[in-house]
Amino acid sequence: MSARTLFDKVWDAHVVAHLEDGYDLLHVDLNLLHDLSGVNALDDIASRGLSVRNPELQLAVPDHAISTDPGRTAMSNPRSADRVPRLRAGAHAHGIRYIDINDPSQGIVHVIGPEFGMTLPGMLITCGDSHTSTHGALGALAFGIGSSEVSHVLATQTLLQKRPQQLRVTFEGRLAVGATPKDMILSLIGEIGASGGNGHAIEYAGSAIQDLSMEGRLTVCNMSIECGAKVGMIAPDQVTFDYLSGREFAPRGARWEEALAAWRGLPTDLEATFARDVVIDAAAIAPQVTWGTSPEHTIAIDGHVPDPNAAPSAAQRQAWSLALSYMGLSPGMPIAGTPIDRVFIGSCTNGRLSDFEAAAAIVYGRRVAQGVTAWAVPGSQAVKTEAESRGIADVLKSAGIEWREPGCSSCVAVNGEVVPPGQRAVSTTNRNFVGRQGPQARTHLASPEIAAASAITGVITDPRHLDD
Amino acid sequence: MEPFCRVTGPAAPLARDNVDTDVIIRIERLAELDRDALGSYAFEALRYRPDGSEDPDFILNQVAYRDAPILLAGENFGCGSSREGAVWALAGCGIRCVIAKSFGGIFANNCYQNGVLPIALSGSCVDALTMRALDRQGAAFTVDLDAKTIAPPGGEPITFSIDGLRRRALLAGLDDLGLTLQITDAIGSFQQRDRIARPWIWQRSLLPNAPGNKR
Ligand code: SF4
Repeated sequence: MSARTLFDKVWDAHVVAHLEDGYDLLHVDLNLLHDLSGVNALDDIASRGLSVRNPELQLAVPDHAISTDPGRTAMSNPRSADRVPRLRAGAHAHGIRYIDINDPSQGIVHVIGPEFGMTLPGMLITCGDSHTSTHGALGALAFGIGSSEVSHVLATQTLLQKRPQQLRVTFEGRLAVGATPKDMILSLIGEIGASGGNGHAIEYAGSAIQDLSMEGRLTVCNMSIECGAKVGMIAPDQVTFDYLSGREFAPRGARWEEALAAWRGLPTDLEATFARDVVIDAAAIAPQVTWGTSPEHTIAIDGHVPDPNAAPSAAQRQAWSLALSYMGLSPGMPIAGTPIDRVFIGSCTNGRLSDFEAAAAIVYGRRVAQGVTAWAVPGSQAVKTEAESRGIADVLKSAGIEWREPGCSSCVAVNGEVVPPGQRAVSTTNRNFVGRQGPQARTHLASPEIAAASAITGVITDPRHLDD
Repeated sequence: MEPFCRVTGPAAPLARDNVDTDVIIRIERLAELDRDALGSYAFEALRYRPDGSEDPDFILNQVAYRDAPILLAGENFGCGSSREGAVWALAGCGIRCVIAKSFGGIFANNCYQNGVLPIALSGSCVDALTMRALDRQGAAFTVDLDAKTIAPPGGEPITFSIDGLRRRALLAGLDDLGLTLQITDAIGSFQQRDRIARPWIWQRSLLPNAPGNKR
């Protein structure tokens, strides 16, 4: 058989039927339902008179629209109070496992999948959410789909997809001290652009990827969609196996051995080729912060806001000007030192234990600047409990950062937890789109380290110089 | 699903790159409203000023393009969030066809589920159509899916390409589910084989009352 990539191997193993023009009907091993698109899809199949083909391969959890206020209930956010009961009722009606709002397993779909070992190498995973690529960090083929496609998965346990091209992104060498996984993925997006990965599945490779912990890998794969790639994967290796071993839904005993043997065959064959290759020097990656309204608008934390007159094309000149006026920034100004109103640490990009640990290390013994509202929203109940038992939550709280309940919160602001109009936030999330964190909210994407340092000083701050 | 055969009407030149689905429809609207109510909220952040009044500069607020069934966009239209509500909102304000330089992949798939035709053309082609639309202020374009042509006002039709499977499904008014329900036997046999090949996927049931589930 000819040499194949990780992506080829997982895709091929899931083909139920080859159709024409490169379209395949693919088997879905796990579909995750949340309180927005999941509810729509459950309603949709009910209205079409269809049933759920494999309830044992589904999981439902509310995360998007629920409040993250301490002491919350499903009703805390009145504007979307029906989403939780509808998800619960839909899941129960079809015999789907449902994790309730304050259950110890609750969390953002892309945080709990890996955390409970529901996500395994070689699986095909779907969810009505574009950051489903996160699960690719474990060597799964995972991607976001629309709610009609979710209905399709519910009714048939399959999905119709066209085979994408493949792009390998190799991060060579070692990250510099102070650079984080968030900086790796932001630099890539800055380099290839918000549409640079369109129509492609990405495999992240190279020594700087192999050196990452599983949590770091999850951060990298999470933002694949921000350069247009629905899929971002990393070959499973010992880091993956050590991470999974013993997790609640991971196989055990003889099943584990059997699965492990299959997973060891997944990495890309040496002779396999990609439609495109991008190589990035990891050592040259500086801590990143975005200045505009697309994740591709990223610069080094010690850099300057670009001048639209220097934009490479007319379209970009226009986009940069619009972005600068929305963001209230001027060309040429240093991005560091820009006063901020809010800090948000959380989301499926940076809402895991190591993210709060990194933030705590920075704010330890310090106080959030006057006038700044800083939130830490754990990605899951498990993250919350662990951060509390390790004293991380206490460090954050003593610094004046609000420690909240798990959910998406201000990442998407559908639950009313918005950045108020005109206010400026440093956010560890994945999207700085116009209005993403609320109407007229100004978002700067960055790592938890930069977010924490900025909370302390009240201006966008390079954590490497916090003591200067 | 409503079949797509041919659409005639003005083409609104949006002429921006990286228009994301958050901008097409705000997420709160999806949590609060039914899908049929989304049309008047399409492009909310661009269409209305902070005080709620219409921004006359926005293309869909201009008389010539108010009822345009065709949208002319730039690179990477519909990037970002997977929200299908973006397509529902566009369809709700009467848009049946989007012509762009490229599309966000999930958005394009969502279009096919809702009888909306996404056409990707080269940058120079889209720019030429955009110029034409601006020149002719609201004159009608015709997009014909059967013939795979776009006829701009007062110009020769140009052809576009689309995968045969997508074209036939749109012409017939079938979404993906409609297609797949015709071949469910293949799914049964795949699953039978897979249960033996990968027992670890199947023997760890996530079901609410499966044995071994602690919670
Ligand atoms: S945290 Fe943000 S990006 Fe992640 S699933 Fe929730 S809303 Fe989407």
